[in-house]
Amino acid sequence: MQIAAQRGFDMPAYDSANAFRAAMSAIARPGTIQTIAPIAADLPFSQAAAVLLLTLCDHETSLFLAPDLDTPEARHWIAFHCGAPLATKADAMFALGSWDALAPLDDYAQGTPEYPDRSATLIVEMPEITQAGPRLTGPGIQTEAYLALPDTASLMANHAKFPRGVDLFLTSGCQIAALPRSTKIEVR
Amino acid sequence: MSQEYNFAYLDEQTKRMIRRAILKGLAIPGYQVPFASREMPMPYGWGTGGVQVTAACLTPADTLKVIDQGADDTTNAVSIRKFFERTAGVATTESTRDATVIQTRHRIPEEPLTEDQILVYQVPIPEPLRFLEPRETETRVMHALEDYGLMHVKLYEDIARNGEIATAYAYPVKVEERYVMDPSPIPKFDNPRLESAAIQLFGAGREQRIYALPPYTQVVSLDFEDHPFNPSKADHPCALCGADHTYLDEVITDDQGGRMFVCSDTDYCSRRQADGHRGDMAPPVLEALS
Repeated sequence: MQIAAQRGFDMPAYDSANAFRAAMSAIARPGTIQTIAPIAADLPFSQAAAVLLLTLCDHETSLFLAPDLDTPEARHWIAFHCGAPLATKADAMFALGSWDALAPLDDYAQGTPEYPDRSATLIVEMPEITQAGPRLTGPGIQTEAYLALPDTASLMANHAKFPRGVDLFLTSGCQIAALPRSTKIEVR
Repeated sequence: MSQEYNFAYLDEQTKRMIRRAILKGLAIPGYQVPFASREMPMPYGWGTGGVQVTAACLTPADTLKVIDQGADDTTNAVSIRKFFERTAGVATTESTRDATVIQTRHRIPEEPLTEDQILVYQVPIPEPLRFLEPRETETRVMHALEDYGLMHVKLYEDIARNGEIATAYAYPVKVEERYVMDPSPIPKFDNPRLESAAIQLFGAGREQRIYALPPYTQVVSLDFEDHPFNPSKADHPCALCGADHTYLDEVITDDQGGRMFVCSDTDYCSRRQADGHRGDMAPPVLEALS
């Protein structure tokens, strides 16, 4: 089957540096919404998710591609631009999909007590990213922040495991937000 | 822009590896993330960890400042600044206010940092428990179990022997009531400023560890109720700018016992002098220099 080639970064060194700063700002300041520069590619997932894959994933990082996004075009683009081996949920360092296709969080590596960093990072495709949601407090938040979350209860359980647990990027269009495991969630 | 190097020296795969470690470090404040530290074109102990973290963070639009013990003009600071001028082509500055990324060896700038800034620390020994327990396998378990009794015993023995906690630099802190962290060998005077609006990243090249503090993370210096933490400083004003609220270096001026105390933060001190502040020794010293 012939698949039309889709592009990645035009200038990998510069584009990935700018994208990383957006990702770092998102995870260092939970509740903030960052905007990334789009790439010229037509993909089954958002530009923000594609840019995160280009910035963070390579042949050293296993990736779980949720069934709802697992198309030949997506596999082809990931294989060509990232080279990330696709894996099951349990073996994945990164995962990409909608919340319904990714949940539950317990299926992913949670890190160990000695090495809590050995846990999965989930890139969750959202219909939209808004700050109309639960109250967030914790590292990176001066007083309080608000962010619409896909499933508050399971994310509160994820925080309760700290320092173990997974970290989330929320992506929609060209927007990125993040919910690291350190963030405390309260429903108003 | 120089075209001899990939942007910021490191190859893209190395930068991705470091960036992944930084993100996990920010998600678990104070926890030391192992990373595959590369050999850099400078010796261990010259800030290879900080340089790798800075390289992974820089964008072409950044303005970089590098300080060594507060000074912009010492060998380590000058060589790292020139390294990034040549390999990343970024703008550099000596002004804390104008910098977007600041790499530091053993000081936090006096000027309060903003949300738009990143502070990168060079770290020699990232493990605060290392001199109490040399085995990495054991300190890993101690952090996992939040077993920090040994550190409190060490501080208690300081008080028993010296009447006070004698640790003056690399004073251990507890982050968000979970991880005990080495803030790198900054003077304990700087510890209160670890709670900052800026993103703070710590890189230890030889020891292959990265750790981080997101903005506004709670950072508490370890102490006891009856021996509260005291961020002490030399009991003098700065001899050049007259500041009585800054961290001072003692400078020997002759072999007759003469000495002066001056701000360790050179940018802060010269900015104050430009604003008209004068210390006891400012006029003659300035004339002698010119």
